[in-house]
Amino acid sequence: MAGYLGSYATLGLLLLASVVVFVGAFSANRLLRPASPAEPIGKRETYECGVDPVGGDWAQAQIRYYVYAYLYVLFAVEAVFLFPWAVIFDRPGFGATTVVEMAIFVAVLALGILYAWRKRILTWT
Amino acid sequence: MHDTVEYAHASGLLSSVWLLIAIPLASAAILLLLGKRADKWGHWLGVASVGVSFVLGLTYFFQLRGLDNRAVELSLFDYIEVGSLHVDFGLLFDPLSAVFVLLITGVGSLIHLYAVGYMEHDAGRRRFFGYFNLFVAAMLLLVLGNNFVMLYIGWEGVGLASYLLISFWVERPSAATAGKKAFLMNRVGDAGFAIAIFLMFAQLGTTQYDEVFNGIGAVASGTVLIMGLLLLLGATGKSGQFPLQAWLPDAMEGPTPVSALIHAATMVTAGVYLIARSNPIFTANETLQTVVVSVGALTLLIGCIIGCAKDDIKRVLAWSTVSQIGYMFLGVGLGGAAYALAIVHLLAHGFFKAGLFLGAGSVMHGMHDQTDIRRFGGLWRYMRITWATFGLAWLAIIGLPPLSGFFSKEPIIVAAYEREGWTAWLFGTAALIGAGVTAFYMTRLFVLTFHGPKRWTEDIDHPHESPPVMTVPLVLLAVGSVAAGGLMASSVPDWLVPALGDHSGEEVHAVMSHGLITALSIVVTLLGAGLAYALFRNGTALQEQPAGPVVTAARRNLYADAFNEAVFEKPGIFLTRALVFLDNRGIDGLVNGLAAAVGGGSSRLRRLQTGFVRSYAMSMLTGALLVVAAFLALQLGWLA
Amino acid sequence: MEDLSLPKIDYAAVAPMLILFGVACVGVLFEGVLPKAARRVTQLVLALLGLVAALSVIVWQSDTRVLTAGGAVAIDGPTLFLQGAIIVLGIMALLLIGDRAMEHGGAFVAQAAITVGSEADRKQAVKEQGATEVYPLTVFAIAGMLLFVAANDLLTMFVALEVFSLPLYLLCALARRRRLLSQEAALKYFLLGAYASAFFLFGVALVYGFAGGVEFGTIHDSVTESTQSTVLLYAGLAMIAIGLLFKAAAAPFHVWTPDVYQGAPTPITGLMAACTKVAAFGGLLRVLYVGFDGVAWDYTPILGVVAVLTMLIGAVLAVTQTDIKRLLAYSSIANAGYLLVGVLALSKDGLSSTMFYLVAYGFTVIAAFGVVTLVRDADGEATHLSRWAGLGRRSPLYAGIFTFILLAFAGIPLTSGFIAKFAVFGAALDSGEAWLVVFGVVTSMLLAFPYLRVVVMMWLSEPGESTPTVSIPGGLTAAALVIGVVATLVLGVAPAPLLDLTTSAADFVR
Repeated sequence: MAGYLGSYATLGLLLLASVVVFVGAFSANRLLRPASPAEPIGKRETYECGVDPVGGDWAQAQIRYYVYAYLYVLFAVEAVFLFPWAVIFDRPGFGATTVVEMAIFVAVLALGILYAWRKRILTWT
Repeated sequence: MHDTVEYAHASGLLSSVWLLIAIPLASAAILLLLGKRADKWGHWLGVASVGVSFVLGLTYFFQLRGLDNRAVELSLFDYIEVGSLHVDFGLLFDPLSAVFVLLITGVGSLIHLYAVGYMEHDAGRRRFFGYFNLFVAAMLLLVLGNNFVMLYIGWEGVGLASYLLISFWVERPSAATAGKKAFLMNRVGDAGFAIAIFLMFAQLGTTQYDEVFNGIGAVASGTVLIMGLLLLLGATGKSGQFPLQAWLPDAMEGPTPVSALIHAATMVTAGVYLIARSNPIFTANETLQTVVVSVGALTLLIGCIIGCAKDDIKRVLAWSTVSQIGYMFLGVGLGGAAYALAIVHLLAHGFFKAGLFLGAGSVMHGMHDQTDIRRFGGLWRYMRITWATFGLAWLAIIGLPPLSGFFSKEPIIVAAYEREGWTAWLFGTAALIGAGVTAFYMTRLFVLTFHGPKRWTEDIDHPHESPPVMTVPLVLLAVGSVAAGGLMASSVPDWLVPALGDHSGEEVHAVMSHGLITALSIVVTLLGAGLAYALFRNGTALQEQPAGPVVTAARRNLYADAFNEAVFEKPGIFLTRALVFLDNRGIDGLVNGLAAAVGGGSSRLRRLQTGFVRSYAMSMLTGALLVVAAFLALQLGWLA
Repeated sequence: MEDLSLPKIDYAAVAPMLILFGVACVGVLFEGVLPKAARRVTQLVLALLGLVAALSVIVWQSDTRVLTAGGAVAIDGPTLFLQGAIIVLGIMALLLIGDRAMEHGGAFVAQAAITVGSEADRKQAVKEQGATEVYPLTVFAIAGMLLFVAANDLLTMFVALEVFSLPLYLLCALARRRRLLSQEAALKYFLLGAYASAFFLFGVALVYGFAGGVEFGTIHDSVTESTQSTVLLYAGLAMIAIGLLFKAAAAPFHVWTPDVYQGAPTPITGLMAACTKVAAFGGLLRVLYVGFDGVAWDYTPILGVVAVLTMLIGAVLAVTQTDIKRLLAYSSIANAGYLLVGVLALSKDGLSSTMFYLVAYGFTVIAAFGVVTLVRDADGEATHLSRWAGLGRRSPLYAGIFTFILLAFAGIPLTSGFIAKFAVFGAALDSGEAWLVVFGVVTSMLLAFPYLRVVVMMWLSEPGESTPTVSIPGGLTAAALVIGVVATLVLGVAPAPLLDLTTSAADFVR
């Protein structure tokens, strides 16, 4: 359990345990259930109970969602960098420079939003 | 043996020696860049630029005669300065380059003048003169450079000009093919030359003539041999010598002045220049000299044997060029005093061969571009000047005294007999036989063209003599053919001493007496000429006659083309095709193969992957696996 | 908590990059706020001014030799030289990009997102001016390349790689004509680029595992001192090299090159062939010379095989090409091989000759693509080689320029191509890599054939019905052509000043 790969052993054990639990649960199920289960109507639908699905399973997603996803990433990236920055920016030796740097960073991201807005990507038509 | 080579710095008038190259180059640039605007006067500019270069060359020549050292160097600027490599853009004007300058610009001016008449009806005349000037400039650079890199640049330059001019009439497929062939065969030789220069630099750290020649003594003998063989390969490519001789006769597809200037008088002698210039390298190794001599002897025989079997006037002359350059190679290979003899033969050959080609051009001019000698006959009555000048050049080339060929060829035969042991008999006799066969086929050519019954095609009723602009150069060249040999045989060897070394005091013994060899060579010449006269005095059959294996082989250029095709061309084509096939199919095939190996998922995977990016990615992955595997194999010590 | 401190940044030294990133951001801003009619001129002038300003700073800073930004960026001789080269070549490419004289609206599509072949697409093809986003995108790409050649650790290098790659993927998709081909090219480039980046990143991770750091200095020290198993090191180095060789278009990672060069708008192809090559080899030089020089003996044979393969594939496949842009693409692959020969000399000479080669090749190749933009018919550029037959009769000037360029590619003396090849081969010979030089010389001769085939076709064939006309270039393209041709000639006749410059710049800081 020591050495470079040692810490992976725990992970391996965990995976092993999960496999055991999974196989165990299904085996127990198989042993306990009736030998010839009932076949009521709708049992093999996607949703056993609830609304019946309509149409095929091949649907195109709106390309607009892609743009929103992209804009989301923009904010996510902003957050990723903002949090660690927020922890340290008031320490001695950081101060104004750090604030200005982060301002520039945020401004660059804001520029992206501005561009998207001016190109009318934010309106849903 | 090794005298230190040293060049003085150019001063005074000689410091403007670069003008020799600059003038034709500028003229070429003007002609090619101005386009149609220069059509009216372009050809005269072309002639004038070479003429001016000739006058300048003469001036420099007399200037050089007045100097003690008789070799001046002029450094223009540093061309390449990388690390320890230093290449000077410099020129060297010494006796050897001086005679070449005079040959190139002198014969060049005459041929330029002739071309004004010859190309009169050609729409591309201005372009032609542009290329022609370009050639002259490159050739002058070749002989004037003071290091091997400059020589190489000029070498490639004349190759380019020659390539452009061979394919000048590109609408003829044969001309385009001939251009390609010349180019490719020259590349083989050039590759050798380039590697020789690399080797020189690796061994000596320089490519300057003086430094190389002074340092060659310290280089291992095996290295000198390899370097010399590579230089020789370059020389054989440019000069149409065995094994790279096949392109030269095909090069006759170009306009006749081109054949005269480039493929007879000047460019093809660049190989001889290269060996003569590098004489300290060749002298330093006995084996090397033997190889050069063998190449020369073999080629001179090949050339004259094939020359007997050809019926195209220019091809016969072309093979005779191959054969005569064989004599020059023989000369430079023999070494010592024979270097100078080869140069004398080269100069004399420049005159009479240019005269022969221009004469042939004049005949073609009058005969509707007919080149088949079986279709000539009796022309002496109609073109007297051409007949007379061609006749003198013919007598010169077969080496009849007192014309120039005798004074230049016969000493080489004597020199061949001066070798030691059985090789004297071998090479001397080869040269002697060559002289006889040369006399045979050249006489055949002359008799069939100018004498005997008329065998013209129906559309010709009265051939006309060419205009003065063409006949004047013919006359001047004929004068050269008569007189040049005798004059040069006595003066040129002395003049060349600073470049080729002094060999006057060396004792030599021929296996036969000098007089006997001379007599023999005259006898075989007369025999060959007489035999040809007797056979062809009454004309010849118009159709190709059935022939035995020897003649068939000669007609097929001794199968050199078939050999080249089988050995070089086919594998090259195969390699290209194979790689294209690999790129188109192999990578996809690999994907498919791997997929099949993975199992039944292959077909489903293929349906999912419709773009070809996958095969790209696959090849990248394969490459990546190989690279990583190689690194790891190395690390585990499997490769290292 | 451990002590953190703010890394010092030498702003003057990184100013060229800051200027360009700033200019690109301003460009995006202009895109949002300026009226359409004013955008093109403003963007072009802004981009050119930014590049010139950055170049001036580089010249002014030419003696700087520092490690800055916490060791993430190294400003030294090679960095400054390569940055300068990228900017100069970038200016030329930008001139080609900005020219709208040959085609109404320029070489770029107005709305790349419109479905190809739809009604709206037909309308925009006729009426609309090309998108002006190309200028900020180009500046972003160039700025990324500047950072790439300056990066002193593998992570910065990776970020820079992505910064300059993403705009290029996008630019490839923006051709005005033959849009499907262009989009396909962009997608291929993107997918394969991402694939290669993954290799690079994996390699970085493995090397980190070995060295415990990503700075080249740290890696250098561990390579020479570490007693750890070197499996991680070698696997990592191999993968990093793969990522870089992809960008450099070395076999077998060259597969994208012909398709992308053919599909991308021609000015962008010029940008990629010149600037990306400089950047990729700049990065490769730094990785191999600074980070991994301790294992030089181990990687030289493997990368040597890659170089040989690259030269062979580029040269042999160029022979059968029928499209001028694909032909130039294979020639660019072969040139990557020659550059690798210079890199593998692993000496000061190798470094300086490779840098010289990059500059010489860059000038020539942009001029070549500049000529390609001029040869057009009613359907845009006529790139099929058969269409070039007889061009010399139609337009001797441009056919002459192209002939000169091809001769330079073929390495004929008195052109920069000759000196450049001579320099890299000489450096390789000095380092005892004669086998690479042999392959180099052989493939150069092979390559001369396709080049001369084009020359022969242009000059020695009769112009047919289908021989396209040659457009009169706008001032911008003409300027780029003149710069390219003059540089090719000058570097061929008097290369000494630039050779001196590369020699004096050939020292990395570590």
